[in-house]
Amino acid sequence: MALNFELVSPEKQLRSGSVHQVVVPGAEGDFAVLENHAPMMSTIRPGAIDVYEREGAPAERIFIEGGFAEVNDKGLTILAERAEPVSEIDAGALATEIEEAERTVASAASDAERTQAETRLAALRAKRDVAAN
Amino acid sequence: MASLKELKNRISSVKSTQKITKAKKMVAAAKLRRAQEAAEAARPYAEKMEAVLASLGQRVTPATASPLLTGTGKTDSYLLVVATSDRGLAGAFNANIVKKALAAAEQLRAHGKTVKFYLLGKKGRAVINRRFADDIVHFQDFSDIRNVDFDYAKAVADDILVRFRNGEFDVAQFYFSKFQSALVQNPTEQQIIPAPVSSEADGERETGPVEYEPSEEEILDKLLPRNIAVQIFTGLLENAASEQGASMTAMDNATRNAGDLINDLTIQYNRTRQAVITTELVEIISGAEAL
Repeated sequence: MALNFELVSPEKQLRSGSVHQVVVPGAEGDFAVLENHAPMMSTIRPGAIDVYEREGAPAERIFIEGGFAEVNDKGLTILAERAEPVSEIDAGALATEIEEAERTVASAASDAERTQAETRLAALRAKRDVAAN
Repeated sequence: MASLKELKNRISSVKSTQKITKAKKMVAAAKLRRAQEAAEAARPYAEKMEAVLASLGQRVTPATASPLLTGTGKTDSYLLVVATSDRGLAGAFNANIVKKALAAAEQLRAHGKTVKFYLLGKKGRAVINRRFADDIVHFQDFSDIRNVDFDYAKAVADDILVRFRNGEFDVAQFYFSKFQSALVQNPTEQQIIPAPVSSEADGERETGPVEYEPSEEEILDKLLPRNIAVQIFTGLLENAASEQGASMTAMDNATRNAGDLINDLTIQYNRTRQAVITTELVEIISGAEAL
């Protein structure tokens, strides 16, 4: 018996299959999901999820930029806004993206625009932190 | 009867038309595969989203729910979001979508509702402009976007949401063409605001108490705008696949028609040529006999 895990982004389905355990960065703290977890639903903050294929196996890390996690009797479903395996993050490209986002925050004309740019920047910084570890 | 020269010219012009339709058909076939893959890849997310929303929508008490779920309490004004393509040569693809939207608009107007149009894609504009010129609140084509991605759909959704919060409309409906196969595309009407939550979808599986982190309302507030972006995104992808499918079918028909036309014209050309030769012979022979 294992946990049925599905990871989907708007563009495609990234993972579908059974795993041992998944650690999800929930909006109010990380939580681990094993099989037979109680039904729950949570928003996700930008961060990495750790997917453990088997007990004791090294974790596969996937960066998720916000989204939702739902646990029900069928397993765990993560609806991610963007998802990218940590091993594929390009540090150089990320640094320029962060610089760009910083400029956007500085030059934002309205409050709504600034909030949006700041969210984006926070997500990018989280991505950098994840990649650095 | 047309002269030989005229017939020859017509045959060659039909032949070059056939070359164009053939090339366009092959281009559409190649693009269709990519578009179809993209549309199919996006389906799981949309389906999951719908399922999550359905289970959540039932648990939230109407009093506290967002107006995106329950509506504004009235249905006086409608926003029709119509997605078409930028290019023609796709048979009745664009016409079918526009026809459906216009029929709905006429009906709503007959019931005394206000109708506004939000247009995506060049091809729908001309027709809608003819009858509802003053009611087009927004127009945008795809000329500066190479591939429809989620960020684009999100920008569209955000714009629609701002209009909704400003009270510009009560109900939003989305018109696009659902891709079934290269031969069949269904023009579809989908309500996006307020979110249609089907009550029977969740009736079969009751999961018991669910823990929400943060609260149900907060999750729903984030989920609902996202859901609109997802619906627009999948709609646009379906539309792209449908366009290529319709284009392929239309161009296949056109190529075949051109082939038939070339055959008919060639027969006519040969008959005319023979008739001319016969006439000439008769003239020579009767001239020789007269001597």
